[in-house]
Amino acid sequence: MAAEWLIFFLPLTSFALIVFVLRPYPRWCGYVTVAAIGGSLIVSIIALIKVMGTTEKALSIPQIAWLTVGNFSLSVGLMIDSLTAVMLIVVTGVSLMVQFYSLEFMHGDRGYSRYFAFMSLFTTSMLGLVMADNLLVLYVFWEMVGLCSYLLIGFWFERPSAAAAAKKAFIVTRLGDFGFLLAILLIFANTGTLSIRELFLSQNVELLSKAGLLGLPLLTWVLLGVFSGAAGKSAQFPLHVWLPDAMEGPTPVSALIHAATMVAAGVFLVARLFPLFEHSPQALTIVAVIGGFTAFFAATMGLVMFDYKRVLAYSTVSQLGYMMLGLGVGGLSAGIFHLMNHAFFKALLFLGAGSASHATGTYDIRGMGGLRRTMPISFFTFLIAALSISGIPPFSGFWSKDEVLTDALDSGQYLLFALGLAAAFMTAFYMFRLAFIVYGGSYRGAAPAHSSHGAHGAPRESPWVMILPLVLLAIPSIVSGLVNLNGDFTRFLEPEAHFAGLNYTIAGVSILVSALGIFSAYAIYGARWLSAETVTHALSPLHSLVFNKYWMDELYQKILDSILLGLCRITDVFDRYVVDGAVNRVAWVTMKTGQELRQVQSGQAQSYGVAIFFGVLVMLAVYLIVGVR
Amino acid sequence: MTLPELPYLTIIIFLPVVGALAVVLQQTTAPGRAIKLTAALFSFLPLVLSFILFLAFDSRTTGLQFVEKYPWIPRLGVNYFLAVDGLSLPLVLLTALLGFLAILASWKISLRIKEYFAWLLLLETGVLGVFASLDFLLFFLFWEVELVPMYMLISIWGSGRKVYSATKFVIYTLTGSAFMLVGLLALYFSTGTFDLVEMSQHPIPATVLPATAIFFLIFFAFAVKLPVFPLHTWLPDAHTDAPTAVSVILAGVLLKMGGYAMIRINLGLFPEVISTYAPLLATLGVVNVLYGAAVTLLQQDLKRMIAYSSISHMGYVLLGISALNPVGLTGAALQMFTHGTITGLLFLLVGLVYDKAHTRQIPELGGLSHRMPVIGIVFVVAGLASLGLPTMSGFVAEMLVFLGTFPVWNVATVLAAFGIVLTAGYMLWMLQRSFFGPLNPRHASLADADALERIPLFSLVGVIVIIGVYPAVMTNVIATAIPQLLNRLGG
Repeated sequence: MAAEWLIFFLPLTSFALIVFVLRPYPRWCGYVTVAAIGGSLIVSIIALIKVMGTTEKALSIPQIAWLTVGNFSLSVGLMIDSLTAVMLIVVTGVSLMVQFYSLEFMHGDRGYSRYFAFMSLFTTSMLGLVMADNLLVLYVFWEMVGLCSYLLIGFWFERPSAAAAAKKAFIVTRLGDFGFLLAILLIFANTGTLSIRELFLSQNVELLSKAGLLGLPLLTWVLLGVFSGAAGKSAQFPLHVWLPDAMEGPTPVSALIHAATMVAAGVFLVARLFPLFEHSPQALTIVAVIGGFTAFFAATMGLVMFDYKRVLAYSTVSQLGYMMLGLGVGGLSAGIFHLMNHAFFKALLFLGAGSASHATGTYDIRGMGGLRRTMPISFFTFLIAALSISGIPPFSGFWSKDEVLTDALDSGQYLLFALGLAAAFMTAFYMFRLAFIVYGGSYRGAAPAHSSHGAHGAPRESPWVMILPLVLLAIPSIVSGLVNLNGDFTRFLEPEAHFAGLNYTIAGVSILVSALGIFSAYAIYGARWLSAETVTHALSPLHSLVFNKYWMDELYQKILDSILLGLCRITDVFDRYVVDGAVNRVAWVTMKTGQELRQVQSGQAQSYGVAIFFGVLVMLAVYLIVGVR
Repeated sequence: MTLPELPYLTIIIFLPVVGALAVVLQQTTAPGRAIKLTAALFSFLPLVLSFILFLAFDSRTTGLQFVEKYPWIPRLGVNYFLAVDGLSLPLVLLTALLGFLAILASWKISLRIKEYFAWLLLLETGVLGVFASLDFLLFFLFWEVELVPMYMLISIWGSGRKVYSATKFVIYTLTGSAFMLVGLLALYFSTGTFDLVEMSQHPIPATVLPATAIFFLIFFAFAVKLPVFPLHTWLPDAHTDAPTAVSVILAGVLLKMGGYAMIRINLGLFPEVISTYAPLLATLGVVNVLYGAAVTLLQQDLKRMIAYSSISHMGYVLLGISALNPVGLTGAALQMFTHGTITGLLFLLVGLVYDKAHTRQIPELGGLSHRMPVIGIVFVVAGLASLGLPTMSGFVAEMLVFLGTFPVWNVATVLAAFGIVLTAGYMLWMLQRSFFGPLNPRHASLADADALERIPLFSLVGVIVIIGVYPAVMTNVIATAIPQLLNRLGG
């Protein structure tokens, strides 16, 4: 067996060990998880180096037969090409940092062992997802990461809000997965294969290119199904509603699953099937439009939230939109480049939020303030990530964001370019709004603590176990953008692609826009030239629209209650009164008939005689009329 | 693995009856424990034996294995004909497994212990006989044998409107049986045999009745059992009012008698007719899936909810059959096995919750995981298995059904596939309301599952995960039955 299997089996072993052996020893659960994922990271780095050394930029690993039924057969193998190699580094790298951080962050939680079991299972599934060489296997792990997300959002299941959020996340993403499932069925029915490598063969693309419904090619429908799954997972409009609620989970979970890796799985899926997407301009346009719109739309909601993690959550949705936009207008590498950079700086932001809350006992930014003095390292790492996501050079976010914007403009999508630029402004604004409220000014005392860590006195810097991951994540947040300075990253992912390089005009404009965003935040929350209340008041209808998240939760709830549950109610009544009613009616008629006919069975020989007499008469009559044949 | 020549199937089928006799013949003063141990022993042995058969089953050849065939009523050509193939062996194993677990789940029964266990054992024999008989008359006898214990078990040891539910169940099934009997006789007089294998060799001549008419007479009986909309309303009543162990058997294996018989008899004897009416089957399958799921969403009683979800899941069996290809059929057969384990597990769990909390109303539960973490975790696992989460057996079965059916009936498959979203909806909603959130104070002193109660839970979880992770253990066996079933359809 190839050594690369270890990447998958190490965290799986950790999961099994925790479940069957280590559960009673919480500390060990944490250590084993960290060790296993550290091991995966090392093997992943070796795999990356190996892939870089091959000419076809992929490793070939033999498959294992799994299931054969009729004309359906499933072999399981690993697909480690440049895309997977990058994803492996991102997943294992961020996961390692997050697990290490969790050793301290989750300390003292009743569910400490359970937490690391789920985290191991998640990492296993996520690694399986990025290495799958078969769509069905990918779907299996796709659902498994969804399961882990469900379990970890609802980790503190005693909170009704957490239990509700977990269910919502699972069901909303499953709605998207329904489309993905249909796409898989369509692909199998038309090509007879689900192997990803085989799908890219020209004869299979040919088979999928025939005309489908509504004049669109079949391939477009398939890819729209795939994208519906991707949009669910990556929280794209209109399926984004679950992600902000998912912040009910522990903060390291938000960092790993709901910022850096699982939510990026949708982007990864589109990238994985990019050779198919390239054959369908319509599908790519839809990816770009949804992505661009989501980038803008989610950013507006990030402007007004008071919950530290919710601001970051909307920011994640918005950045995922950026990645989709990048895939839609530019190509594989633009989207994945942003995915990679985002994973590092967003994980850093979330872990920083956890650190701030660890010190203050709240996630409400109104209850924080002045943390730059008491938590200097948390502050500096936050600042690096904030500058990175805002697109200020030389931090990583600048390079990939610039690439996405350039590609949007080059492909003639001016509206999407404008949306992206507007989102960039808002991103800078809400990040520095956080900076000034949380880290600037002076400490405003702990609001009622809803963290599990109880009440706190004056905030203190977090212990080194939590700080070290922040520092280690700050490094890629500064430099990971440099890997594509000369187009090396682009050529690694797409050997034939043309690398345009930095467009100085666009770069200048986008830096200006970001700086303007930072300046506006400073004007309102730093220098307070304008009071936030005045601005809110002046924009009151807009503010309440955005603050209430465009009432989409309420709208969905209405649809669910009135249409779906309404239909169910009708069915239920129909079942009880019509279907079962008919059954009971038949029974009643039978009984009634029996009761009536019982009168005939009177036991009086005379009446029997009369009946026999008439019976014979009837028989005679029949005999006379019909005759005997 | 070669086994010594023994009439294994006879032994498996009749061990529970022997056990029932052993139970009945115990002295009236015998302690309940002795009775329970006897019952456990006589249901454990068939389980061991059927597991041995499963291991010894040669999945490289197709067709029947472990055949026992002796003349029984020579004048009518009736044989005592037992055998299993890849379709029936998993169901025999399932019955033996759930039969044993049902005995364990009845350990706390205190009312009329002797009778209870005797009926339960007799029930197991009836069901095992149905799956292993290849003579139609024998099959019919076993089919009817199962009714008496069911009636007693529900009406005496049940709850709620137990007599109503028991009567409804029996009359409904008997009505179906009446139709089956007519079909059975028509078949006998058309072909001159009761041998199901022989009958399946050639098209049924229309000497007595047209083949289509016989097909539907028989189909009706099986449709009641599966159940197929609109013949399903006995099911929620019977399941809800039956004692836990009986619900487990009822949902776990009795429903499968319907699905199994459809494949064995409707498909096996009438491939031409079934291919004409496959669109009807597909439609009924979709209706079952969606209608069942819609009604499930609104149920407030845990047991009733699981019962309705069974209707929905049985729709996938119909759908898989309607594909009339190896993938769909394997999916249908696997779905029967996996649904048996998953729903069996769910009913066991509901039983435990009811025993401890004394209510099954979802709104009266809440936060149970605090007090019963093991039951909570296993309930989550069972719920996820039921909603078709990968790495659990339900996913493989549903996926095979979809993959097999989609090329043939694409619209029906798309509609039925939407069922997975609804299933996620009702399962997770139920879990949220019953097990998560703050603990309902009235349940502050509940106990978790004890060691004895954990055995059935963990063993079923094990089976579900093993098949989910490596489905070939089951599909390789099922595959051996497929060529015979489809050979007259040219596949």
